[in-house]
Amino acid sequence: MVKTTHTTKPPAELLLKSPTGINGLDEITGGGLPQGRPTLVCGGTGCGKTLLAMEFLVHGALLFDEPGVFISFEEKSDELSKNFASLGFDLNDLAARNKLLVDYVHIEKSEIEETGEYDLEGLFIRIGHAIDSIGAKRVVLDTIEALFSGLANETILRAELRRLFRFLKDKGVTAIVTGEQGDRNLTRYGLEEYVADCVIFLNHNVSQQTATRRLRIIKYRGTSHGTNEYPFLIDEQGFSVMPISSLGLDHPAGTDRVSTGITRLDTMLGGEGYYRGSSILVTGTAGTGKSTMAAHFVDAACRRGERCLYFAFEESKNQIIRNMRSIGIDLEQWVNTGLLKFQNSRPTLYGLEMHLVAMHKAIEGFNPVIVVVDPISNLVAAANEAEVKSMLSRLIDYLKMKQITAFCADLTMAGSSRERTDVGVSSLMDTWLLLQILEASGERNRGLYILKSRGMEHSNQIREFIMSAHGVELQDVYIGPGGVLTGSARQAQERRESAETLEHRQDIERKQREIERKKTVIEAQITALHAQFEAEKDDLELVIAKENQRDKTIVQGNLAIARSRQADDVSHQQESAGKTGKGKRS
Amino acid sequence: MKKSKDVPAKALQDSTAAFELALRTTDKGDYLLRLYVSGITPNSVRAIENVKKICTEHLHGHYELDIIDIYQQPIFAKEGQIVAAPTLVKELPPPLRKFIGDMSHTERILVGLDLRKKI
Repeated sequence: MVKTTHTTKPPAELLLKSPTGINGLDEITGGGLPQGRPTLVCGGTGCGKTLLAMEFLVHGALLFDEPGVFISFEEKSDELSKNFASLGFDLNDLAARNKLLVDYVHIEKSEIEETGEYDLEGLFIRIGHAIDSIGAKRVVLDTIEALFSGLANETILRAELRRLFRFLKDKGVTAIVTGEQGDRNLTRYGLEEYVADCVIFLNHNVSQQTATRRLRIIKYRGTSHGTNEYPFLIDEQGFSVMPISSLGLDHPAGTDRVSTGITRLDTMLGGEGYYRGSSILVTGTAGTGKSTMAAHFVDAACRRGERCLYFAFEESKNQIIRNMRSIGIDLEQWVNTGLLKFQNSRPTLYGLEMHLVAMHKAIEGFNPVIVVVDPISNLVAAANEAEVKSMLSRLIDYLKMKQITAFCADLTMAGSSRERTDVGVSSLMDTWLLLQILEASGERNRGLYILKSRGMEHSNQIREFIMSAHGVELQDVYIGPGGVLTGSARQAQERRESAETLEHRQDIERKQREIERKKTVIEAQITALHAQFEAEKDDLELVIAKENQRDKTIVQGNLAIARSRQADDVSHQQESAGKTGKGKRS
Repeated sequence: MKKSKDVPAKALQDSTAAFELALRTTDKGDYLLRLYVSGITPNSVRAIENVKKICTEHLHGHYELDIIDIYQQPIFAKEGQIVAAPTLVKELPPPLRKFIGDMSHTERILVGLDLRKKI
């Protein structure tokens, strides 16, 4: 995150800062601790004061080339080396390279007898000598309060402490002074009186049996700083603070889309799926398939070669892999190729803030494109609703800032209103899929609908889906008189409809055959009529021929009569008639 | 660094004191004292005077006194685990004991050096 070095020097009148190199702390303080001034780090036992101080020195020595002096009043140098070796800090090596000097100041009241006036020049000389011998820029006094228990004369002590801080300022070193938390004051012996420039308070609070570490900057003279209580984490990599609350609402909004992993669901979401970098909420009662939706999404993403981080608060990694295999999704291959990482932890393992810090760290470390939180509702076990909401809003803000698509599953209780979430985060979400059990005709079937999806067209239908060996399959929609039909009612409707279709088709075919038949009949009739006509025509022609013959015969008879009578005017007639008769016959 | 080694004559008038001292020297041997001061401050000067006086009056030569200026020898401050100045350290005989201040409370020092019983 912020391992920034001071590349650009601020103007001289500005307060110079010494970066701590601690994750997040430099963000809150706007660059680090006040340079050349002492800073008080106070808090109860075991809250991480020494660690913070030592990390300041180690990072200073390694990252910023500023050697450091650690004046320990409690632990011996070899004890410190051993303790910090577990965090990967090799103090002995740093000491050998003159980057770090640890001086153990032993004060034992039983060994000391006070006989008159004295000062703490011995300590001053030791600190001064240590600083000069390695050219230290950073000094830690952990914890100077041991002086109060070792020395009785408080008047001298207080005067000397005042002188000590002036001495440190004169030396120009950036100092951390640790102090134990007091009953009424910040520190038991009122060290805050002397260190007026910067005060950091560490708190280790236990509520509902879970411990949360928090850091707050009470005072930072001459600069602006984050004022909230920031959760912090101490793990094998040391100290890290989460400056999550400082995020504003100015994250980018891309138009890139990302598939849900279920083709027909993509279609419902405007044909392309979710927006990349948006937050998706899937709610539903137990067993509605929330994790399955998540698995589909993750599977599709891994198939595209994208990195996914899966936070599971309910099931173990192996359990999820086994269960998803039963619906044909092999998540193990992605785990093996390193594209998918499971981060399983019990919600009650630590406080909510710690969860957030842990998630933050995991995300920083893995750098995923998609983050799945399954389920967010289980986090309620670690805290109350308001805290969960604030934590989730910060998580989602953070993910949006990083343009990571967040997929959150939320378990709703059966019986409560479906369109509300237990942790009240729906308003933070861009896309909300609601999975529900549709109870009808003695069956429970799974239904899905898109309650909202900001910035895209989306289907308004309630869709039934089935979990098969090939994953989630969205079914066709059948609307009955009482709404969407599901399960066997849908199947019945499906069959009924296919039966009707068949009948209809048969009907058409029958009608077509009838037409054919009618056509055949009419054609037959036409043929018969035609035949009849031919017959009648033949008869008539015969009659006509007969009549013609008779006419001829009559003419010939007349001619014969005329010839026999020898009539002149008739001979001409006879010739022409004879010709006609001849032509007719040929 | 100032170093002084005073070995006064073993003139013992007081028989009680002689007895006590004999007992101590046989039991625990000579005293090894180190006085750490930070330069010539009024406290340092007073402390040196007071310690010397105590040594002369009560240890009668059975002691070795080192006076160390930690301004000049800062490394001794670390090695001697010195926090305050002036500091008188009774290295021998055991147990180790430290006195801080200008050594003006002679009685306390005597008790601390096991030369007096606590009242």
